[in-house]
Amino acid sequence: MTRPQKQIRLAAHFPGVNNTTVWSDPRAGSQIEFSSFVHFARTAERAKFDFLFLAEGLRLREQGGKIYDLDVVGRPDTFTVLAALAAVTDRLGLTGTINSTFNEPYEVARQFATLDHLSGGRSAWNVVTSWDAFTGENFRRGGFLPQEERYSRAKEFLATAHELFDSWKGDEIVADQDSGTFIGRPDAGAFAHHGQHFDIQGRFDVPRSPQGRPVIFQAGDSEEGREFAAAEADAIFSRHGTLEAGQAFYRDVKSRLARHGRRPEDLRILPAATFALADTDAEAEELAREIRRQQVSGATAIRHLEFVWNRDLSAYDPDGPLPDIDPDVESEHLARGRAQVHMYRDPIATAREWRELAEANNWSIRDLVINTGNRQNFVGSPETIAKTIDAYVQADAADGFILVPHITPGGLDGFADKVVPLLQEQGVFRTDYEGTTLRDHLGLNRPA
Amino acid sequence: MTATSATPLRLAVALDGTGWHPASWREPVARPRDLFTARYWADLVTEAENGLLDFVTLEDGLGPQSSHVLAPDDRTDQVRGRLDAVLTAARIAPLTRHIGLVPTAVVTHTEPFHLSKAIATLDHVSGGRAGIRVRISARPDEAAHFGRRTFPRIKGYDDPDTLDFVADLFDEAADWVEVLRRLWDSWEDDAEIRDVATGRFIDRDKLHYIDFEGRHFSVKGPSITPRPPQGQPPVTALAHGTLPYRLLARQADIGFVTPHDAGRARAVLTEIRAEQRAAGRAHEPLHVFADLVVFLDDTPGAAADRKERLDALAGEPYESDALVFTGTPAELADLLQEFQRTGLTGFRLRPAVLGHDLPAVTRGLVPELQRRGAFRTAYEASTLRGLLGLAHPANRYARAV
Repeated sequence: MTRPQKQIRLAAHFPGVNNTTVWSDPRAGSQIEFSSFVHFARTAERAKFDFLFLAEGLRLREQGGKIYDLDVVGRPDTFTVLAALAAVTDRLGLTGTINSTFNEPYEVARQFATLDHLSGGRSAWNVVTSWDAFTGENFRRGGFLPQEERYSRAKEFLATAHELFDSWKGDEIVADQDSGTFIGRPDAGAFAHHGQHFDIQGRFDVPRSPQGRPVIFQAGDSEEGREFAAAEADAIFSRHGTLEAGQAFYRDVKSRLARHGRRPEDLRILPAATFALADTDAEAEELAREIRRQQVSGATAIRHLEFVWNRDLSAYDPDGPLPDIDPDVESEHLARGRAQVHMYRDPIATAREWRELAEANNWSIRDLVINTGNRQNFVGSPETIAKTIDAYVQADAADGFILVPHITPGGLDGFADKVVPLLQEQGVFRTDYEGTTLRDHLGLNRPA
Repeated sequence: MTATSATPLRLAVALDGTGWHPASWREPVARPRDLFTARYWADLVTEAENGLLDFVTLEDGLGPQSSHVLAPDDRTDQVRGRLDAVLTAARIAPLTRHIGLVPTAVVTHTEPFHLSKAIATLDHVSGGRAGIRVRISARPDEAAHFGRRTFPRIKGYDDPDTLDFVADLFDEAADWVEVLRRLWDSWEDDAEIRDVATGRFIDRDKLHYIDFEGRHFSVKGPSITPRPPQGQPPVTALAHGTLPYRLLARQADIGFVTPHDAGRARAVLTEIRAEQRAAGRAHEPLHVFADLVVFLDDTPGAAADRKERLDALAGEPYESDALVFTGTPAELADLLQEFQRTGLTGFRLRPAVLGHDLPAVTRGLVPELQRRGAFRTAYEASTLRGLLGLAHPANRYARAV
C-alpha cells in the first residue's frame, strides 16, 4: 500500500550570529537594519514558507577572555523585530527563540499573547534553556540555576505560561455599549500556580489571542530535550539534517508521542538545513567549496582549533601544519557563551585523529577545518535540491526543513525563485496559504 | 502680536485603551472590540502623525487596569486587558515615518538588559523614533505576578515605612535607567568594521563591559544589540512629587508633570531644576511637559456637556491627577500658551475619548496653534531626538580623538 505524498514544511532561519553566515561577501548586508529583515521575510512569504525563525543569544561570545570578533556579532531583540515584521507580512509565521531561564512567565506570556494578537495568530516560541553563570551576569538573578534543573524549570515555565494563556477562554470581551458590560466575567485572567520554580498568582491581563497559545518549538537534542519535545512541543528544530541521522531521530522522537497521548502528526520535525544552489550540480559543488572557504578564514580556523585544544594557538600559521602539543583538558574552557564546545567529548582523541587526517591528505590547519566541518545539507541544481528535499521528507528523515542561507538578506532569493516552484509542480508544497494562522500552515489543532 | 512671535511648543498624546475617561469605550466612535488588533493602534498613531505631533506614549502595566491605585478590582463596566506597549510600538513603527513612539515599561519587575535591547531595536526598526516611559509598580498584586518579592500594603503616602519603600523603588528605577543608558553606549557607533583582510567583523576595543553594580542588581554587558540610531533614545517619566522629580533630574530627557494652574507649574519647575543642579545635570536638556486630560468640542459648553454625560454613564464624576480641560480648541490653545510662559516646553494630552478627542487635537487644536505660529507646519527632523531639539549624544565610553 502506498501512502499519500507528505506535504513539505519549509521555513527560513535569518542568517545572523551563526558561524555559517558569510559576512565577508560583497553581497552581505546588515544583520541589524530592519530593511534586511523585511527583505528576508518578504522573500519567505512570497515563497509561501510556513515561518521565519530567529535565534537568540543573551551574551556576546568570548574566547580566551575576549569578545569573539570573527563571526557576525550583534543582533536585535527577538520580540521587537517579530512585532515589527508582523506589519510588513500577512501570512508568514513568526518564530522567536526565547530563553526560559532569564525570563519570568508572566512577562513572556504577555509578550507572546501580544505578538499573537498583533500578527493575527502567527506567533511561535522556540523554548530554550540555559544555566551558565556567564550569561547570567547580564541579569538580575545571575546564573542561579543548577544545570540538572534547567529542563525542570523550562517545563514548569512552559506549563505556567500555558496556565496564563488559558486564563482567558476567549469569550470574555463583551464590550456591549448599551448595557455597559465590557467583560463578561469579573475574574477573567485569574490564575494561581504554586510550584517548585514559580509561586505566582493574580490576574493575567492579555485576553486570549487568535491561536490561543503560540506554536511551541523545542531545539534541545539530549534525552531530556527529546522527552520535553514529545510531551510539550508542536515542532522540533533539530540538527539532524542527513538522511540516516534524520531518520533515526525522527523514529525516536515520533515513537515517544504515544506515551504522552499524542499522535505522530502532532509534532513536526524540522531540521536546520544549509544549502549551496547553482544552475548545475557541478557549479553547485564548486560554490559549496567556495562558501566553506569564506566561512573559514585563516583566523577562524585557528579559533576553531582552539575549541578542541583549549589553548591559545594564535602563534600558529593557519596555512601550516597542526600543533603537535596535546589539548589542555585540565583548565576551564576558554570559549564561553556557545554550545559548540560541548561537541568534543574527548579532545585528545579528536586531536590525534585530526593530525592523522591532515598528514594523510597534506592539509594545513585551514584545510583541515574546512574539510572536517559540516558540508551543506543540500548541494546541487534546483532540480537536485528539490528532489533531495522531497526524498528526505517522504523517507521520514524530516517533515520539512528550516533553511539557513549563508548570506543576509538575499540568501533565500534563489531558493524561492527556483526550488520552490519545482516542489509546487510536484504537488508537495503549497501554491498559496490555505489559512491565516501558523497553526493552520503547520496543520496543527487549535488548543482547547 | 504677529503670527511668528510665539515660541513653538511640543505636543504629545497619551494613548490608553479607548481614552482616559472610564466610560469612553461606550461612545459610538470608541471601537472597543478592536482594542486588541494592530489596525486599531495603527489608526490612532497615524491620526497623531497626520497632526504632526512629536510623539505618542503607550500606557502599560504588569497587571489589569483597576479603579484603585494599588489593588485590583472586580469591575466589569470598564476596559480591562491590554497589549504589551513595546511590541505595539514596534508593530506600528513600519507604518509611520516621523512620529516618536514612546512605550511604557515597568522597571520594578523587569530586566534592564531585555528592555535596553528592546528599545534599541525599536529605534532600529523605526529609524530613530524610539523613546521609553519608565514607571515603578508598588502594587502587591503585580509583585505576586512575579513571585520574587513581597510588597507591603501601603498605608498612606505620609507613612514613614511607605516613604522608605517607595524611595527604594525610585532608587532602583534610577539604577535601571543607568543600566539602559550604559548598555546603549556599550557599542560605539563604528564598532562594526567588517575587515575582510584580518577576518574581524567588529573592533572589540569599541565594545564595552558596563560593569554596573548597584544595590538591587549588577549587569555585565555589553549589549547584544548595537548602539541605537539615536545613540540614546529619550527616557521619560510621569512625576507627581519630590521622589519622581529626583528621578527626572537624574536620568530623564522628558518629565511629565501635573500642575493644575500656572503658579503650580512654576513651583514644580523650580523644584525640578533644583534637583537637576543637585544631580550635577544643570546644563543638560530636560524637557518638562504638563499632562492634561482633554475634552474638546467646537462649540462652547459642548465639551462640558459631553463630560457630564460620560460621568453619568460611569456613575461618578471623572477625577484625574492631571488637570481636566473641557472647552474649544482655541480655549485650549490659550491655556497651553499661558502654561508655556511658565517654562514648560510641551504638553502630553490625554484624550478623554480617543475616537473623538484625538482628531479634535490633530484637526482642531493643531491648526489653531499653527495659526498662532506656535506649532510646526511640517516635520523638521527624522528622529525623536531631532524633534525634541536634542543633539546626537557622545558615547560615554568612546575615547576622545
